Amino acid sequence: MHDPHVILKVISKFLVPFIALFAFYVQFHGDFGPGGGFQAGVILASAVILYALIFGLEAAKKAFPPSWVRIGMSSGVLLYGGTGVLTWILGGDFLSYGVLAHDPAHGQHYGIIAVELGVLCSVTTVMIAIFYAFGSRQPEVDEDNW
Amino acid sequence: MSSMSLFPQWIFEQGPAFLIVLPLLMGAVTAILPNRSMAWWVTFFVTLICTYTAFGLFQHIYFDGFLLYTMGGWAPPHGISLIVDGLSAPILLLISVMAMLTVIYALPSSISEIEPKKRAPFYAAFLICFAGLMGMVITGDAFNVFVFLEVSSISTYVLVAMGAARDRRSLAAAYNYLIMGSIGATFFVIGLGFLFMETGTLNMAEMSAILSELNGGTRVSKVGYGFIIVGLGLKIAMFPLHTWLPRAYAYAPTKITIFLASTATKAAIYLLLRFTFTVFDPSFDYIAVMLKYLIMGAAIVGMVLASFQAIFQSDVRRVLAYSSVAQVGYILLGIGIATSSGLAAGYLHLLNHAIIKGCLFISVGAFWYRFGITRVSDFSGLFKTMPLTMGAFTLGGLSLVGVPFTAGFVSKVKLILAAAEQEMWWAVLVIVFSSVLAIVYIGRIIIVAYFGSPPKINGSTFIKNEAPFMMLFPMWVLGLMSIAIGVNAFGIGDGFVSASEIAASVLLGGRG
Repeated sequence: MHDPHVILKVISKFLVPFIALFAFYVQFHGDFGPGGGFQAGVILASAVILYALIFGLEAAKKAFPPSWVRIGMSSGVLLYGGTGVLTWILGGDFLSYGVLAHDPAHGQHYGIIAVELGVLCSVTTVMIAIFYAFGSRQPEVDEDNW
Repeated sequence: MSSMSLFPQWIFEQGPAFLIVLPLLMGAVTAILPNRSMAWWVTFFVTLICTYTAFGLFQHIYFDGFLLYTMGGWAPPHGISLIVDGLSAPILLLISVMAMLTVIYALPSSISEIEPKKRAPFYAAFLICFAGLMGMVITGDAFNVFVFLEVSSISTYVLVAMGAARDRRSLAAAYNYLIMGSIGATFFVIGLGFLFMETGTLNMAEMSAILSELNGGTRVSKVGYGFIIVGLGLKIAMFPLHTWLPRAYAYAPTKITIFLASTATKAAIYLLLRFTFTVFDPSFDYIAVMLKYLIMGAAIVGMVLASFQAIFQSDVRRVLAYSSVAQVGYILLGIGIATSSGLAAGYLHLLNHAIIKGCLFISVGAFWYRFGITRVSDFSGLFKTMPLTMGAFTLGGLSLVGVPFTAGFVSKVKLILAAAEQEMWWAVLVIVFSSVLAIVYIGRIIIVAYFGSPPKINGSTFIKNEAPFMMLFPMWVLGLMSIAIGVNAFGIGDGFVSASEIAASVLLGGRG
């Protein structure tokens, strides 16, 4: 039996890592230009979604288990809020990144990176959660009905 | 000043942000807790700590004036500021106390209402809803209001839908609420867009300064105000926009009904006050017209029609839900009068109604918990089977009607005096008439419960089956609270009255 979607599968296998890489480019570019955690999160999630579309939901759930999704959603928020709590512990106002380093400008830098990572984490997992929730609702499309 | 030492100094410096951050972060933690019973403990301690913090801030503003907190150290108007003043502090305290009492009630009721697997997410959604409501009240940034409004609304839709384990109709109710709530939030944000167009800022204090400089602004800000009123009206359940409320209250899990009835609409009314009186100004001609005709008109019609609707409901939760719409009418009437005594009366009724409705909904929840009943006809003989719960229900009911020596009486008399001051005799008449209708819809339930006989079970007529302590405690706290306000025990009544007067003075100029 030969696989009817061999081209799709091979090409998307090539694409998935590049999409993920691009997501991280957008993520870290957000520090000084257009981009940031939200956009990067959507792009990163789209890599998983593409994988799920081509290889099926079950394969995607093996690659990115739903238990990660739940933990990721919360830990993103906690990473964001935790940065604020850290600034409290260091004696500043909530989310005043200036206290994170000796030089306030560096502190702002570290703070925004931590916060954006939190956003990335939450947005990616929420996007995947939505896709999993809708994808699980109906039976998989039959091979002949593509 | 000696009482100030009860609170660490840190609370006065960082408390405003702490009130939002603690429930929000603990909500995220609760969602991934492995141990299910721990979720309740976490939620309980979060609400306890928030109550303590809110109480500290409440005292602080009376001794030292209002608090301004700059998020991330960015000064307004560019950064987001949080404001605790005489207007927001009582509502913050109210929301956290009601959240704490609801959580106490929730421990026994969750056993029968929420599947074990869903309890941790349930408490997580509850905490996030709580954080959203606190955020709505505390923030001094208009767009931030919208964000927190959505945070609290979206978690509320989820919470209402969780009633599906008990009653599938809650899904339809939640969906209906979702549509209406989203329309409301959209209208609100469109209104903010217009305001931003006019003033170029989102900071409320800055907005207010620019608007009064422009003497009310052009048609843009008028349209903006219209959108904001409709958007908030949906959230408040102002009379013609209240259709989502009875179903959402009736089919949500009982503890969510308690929490929503005593906090969610109140926070939205707070926003209405905040926008109408401190961002805009009642001296602008269009605001005066809106207050006089739209808000007061909706209030009057709602007070009478919703009371009539309450009389004809067969489900007790729907009776109380329609009664909530009518009571919102009282509050809006006070706001519409727009004098300092009218605003104080409306604000006082807002606080009192939250306490009264909390008490009533907790006792109805206890009836449901013990016997699975919510219909008026099923209340027959409840005074004999659940005397303590029915006693609390009666206290709440009397207070809702406005019998002397109860909280309802105090605020209704103040409202009548405020209307009489302006020689609005028709308003006095409507208040009295609507109270008579309240006697009918509450009296109907109480008569059945007192004079009916309990149903026969296996030939024996009398079984006493009192609610568990965890339910009796919050309902009697609220019931006795309403009496304490009515008879001014321990100065509680005076405390509430002076809190409402300070709030009114904040609204009519100058931060107090």
